[in-house]
Amino acid sequence: MSGGVDSSVAAALLTERFGADRVVGATLKLWGGSSDSGCCSVADVDDARRVAGQLGLVHHVFNFADEFEARVVDPYVRGHAEGRTPNPCIECNRHLKFDRLLARARALGFDAVATGHHARCEVGPDGRYRLCRGADPLKDQSYVLAMLGQDQLARTLFPVGEMTKAEVRAEAHRLGLRTAAKPDSQDVCFIRSDQGRQGFLGDRLPLHPGRLVDHATGADLGPVEAVELVTVGQRRGMGHSPDGNRRFVTAVDVPARRVVLGSSEAALAPGVELHTVTWVDGDPTAPSGGDPAAVVDVPAIAQCSAHGRPVPCTVRRPPARPTAGPAGPGIGDDPTGLSVVFATRQRRIAPGQTVALYHPDRPETVLGSGIAR
Amino acid sequence: MVRAYLDHAATTPLRPEALEAMLPWLGGRTGNPSGAHAESRRARTAVDDARAEIAALLGADLGEVVFTSGGTESDNLAVSGAWGAARSTRSVPALVCTAMEHHAVLAPCRALAERTGAELRLVPPDKDGIIDLEALAGTCTADVGLVSVMAVNNEIGTVQPLDEVAAIVRQRSPDAALHTDAVQSVPWLDTAATTAATDLVSVSAHKFGGPTGVGALVVRHGTPVRPLIHGGGHERERRSGTLNVAGIVAMAAALRVTVAERAETTRRVAALRDRLADGLVSSVDGAVETGLRPERVPGVAHLRFAGVESEALVILLDEAGVAASAGAACSSGAVEPSHVLTSLGLDRHEAASGIRFSLGWTTTDDDIDRALAAVPVAVARLRD
Repeated sequence: MSGGVDSSVAAALLTERFGADRVVGATLKLWGGSSDSGCCSVADVDDARRVAGQLGLVHHVFNFADEFEARVVDPYVRGHAEGRTPNPCIECNRHLKFDRLLARARALGFDAVATGHHARCEVGPDGRYRLCRGADPLKDQSYVLAMLGQDQLARTLFPVGEMTKAEVRAEAHRLGLRTAAKPDSQDVCFIRSDQGRQGFLGDRLPLHPGRLVDHATGADLGPVEAVELVTVGQRRGMGHSPDGNRRFVTAVDVPARRVVLGSSEAALAPGVELHTVTWVDGDPTAPSGGDPAAVVDVPAIAQCSAHGRPVPCTVRRPPARPTAGPAGPGIGDDPTGLSVVFATRQRRIAPGQTVALYHPDRPETVLGSGIAR
Repeated sequence: MVRAYLDHAATTPLRPEALEAMLPWLGGRTGNPSGAHAESRRARTAVDDARAEIAALLGADLGEVVFTSGGTESDNLAVSGAWGAARSTRSVPALVCTAMEHHAVLAPCRALAERTGAELRLVPPDKDGIIDLEALAGTCTADVGLVSVMAVNNEIGTVQPLDEVAAIVRQRSPDAALHTDAVQSVPWLDTAATTAATDLVSVSAHKFGGPTGVGALVVRHGTPVRPLIHGGGHERERRSGTLNVAGIVAMAAALRVTVAERAETTRRVAALRDRLADGLVSSVDGAVETGLRPERVPGVAHLRFAGVESEALVILLDEAGVAASAGAACSSGAVEPSHVLTSLGLDRHEAASGIRFSLGWTTTDDDIDRALAAVPVAVARLRD
């Protein structure tokens, strides 16, 4: 229970279904710093506790701040120092909400954890769990849950996944929940709206000015204020080329203090290499028999941002490369690597961003996820 | 479900004598002690009598007792008020306190340091939770304006050597005021005697069977204190605000009965505590007591359970009918990592595996039996 309307209604639905004796509300204390958004502020915890009280539920607060700092905030900061753009909400789900919290729930004797995420978890006729998009396409959060697997899904419930946001709010009003009219939290929970990403990172990292260079010619195009704040694929703030076209970031090299700008054409890429690959129900790129080195091309649909347009693609295991080469470990050495080839070229994906993969014939169903190299 | 309440260090039940003393003042007997009529005189007399009794029991003069809203306010008044009035060789005197002080001392020390630029020096405890006297000597220099050392640590119950502390402070920081947070000391120790060498002593009623919302700060003659709360000039200009008559008379009654029964309570509780601690150490693998038992007050058994998150353990114990503490809570209700355990040199995981069982004047053998049955089961579940 984050103190928001979705988790409030989720708690209410669970209570209706299982009874107040079998449901407990929990809020995670993740961030000790100042914040004005959900999951973190004391006001939000108070809201969650009061809603739990309205529903007759015992409410606990779990202090996972140390792990949140180690697994979410610090990697987010270090990522930017290295020219990557991690998605902290995804790492929070991966390590805190669907790992440590699941473990804590299990330790306390609970069978499942429910959240207010707009997604659906279903059991197929074969007894395997499926993760699907939420009923409200504008609010679907399957993208940030795409790293889940059978073990997690077996112990997870998404009570509001079948509802639209409007239906959730209506239900909250009907139940008289105090959070019914509370606005949705935006942005990253540990970054205050008045400081923004720049202010937050500026407090934790030295930010270095650099040079913009042309993708095609290598020519110097002028200064950039802070290379650590620039993201591959970014258009905002990059101005125009002399012939009036928008410029896009095609590469960021933090140690060299260099940002490469190109045309929209140059900013397109045929695909992306992923690491930290997860599959909801088994790796479809694994050869099913015979030659273990066989390459299996699997069609899928890729979504490259939280509400990005899904695009058809093909995924396969990347070719193995010799180890200990001068360029460092080969992509193929990482057993969780994946090559994604888009059906049509797409804007380059910033390193550190997540790509969620959906089933080509059942595009509501999540296949898996990976993080762009 | 019959429950075992083992969190007396957080708060302990109201003594019937205290309830009896305060009831008339909650209904019927109206009177603000600061007035010129019979109703006020009656209230003022009740306060005077309570003050006299509390002063005597704490080894202080009438004029040395300042009534406050509780331990936190007393600590804040001592830190900010005494430091603010301190003479010293420096225009911004330094502050010294131990690293294991209660937040009610540490927070005003930090706030003061931040606001005024005063240097805050933290003295570490040794690994058993007793102040490192050598380190204290090192930090006590002529430019120190205030030294604060608690009488008894609230998390692990260790008794600090205040006489030795005072000797060091008087010799090396003669201009410093010496404060002690004695909030956890009153039920167990002759607080008047153990704090005799200090200048300022904080106590809190609800820790010794009085009601919440009232406490006192002993401010010895010759120790100037600037008020935190300004107003009508009550408490000899040291703490303004209409006196909490009901709370004050209740505090006096609670203190009276606590002191009168202390020898017997201490003996009885020590036996219960020893049975609890011995029982848990022998029945639970990897259970370790924090701090040395002879150096702790009888009411506290602090144990660490290897490989267990005490935040989860306290929930399972609660479900089994045992109330204990995993550490101080922040305003969101989440348990905060213990700075006390960290100051002992324990690592993050060890510090997160600590549970404080604290006993009080109502603790019985049944409470101990319930805890001895519940803890091993809960620990086993979490280690599974």
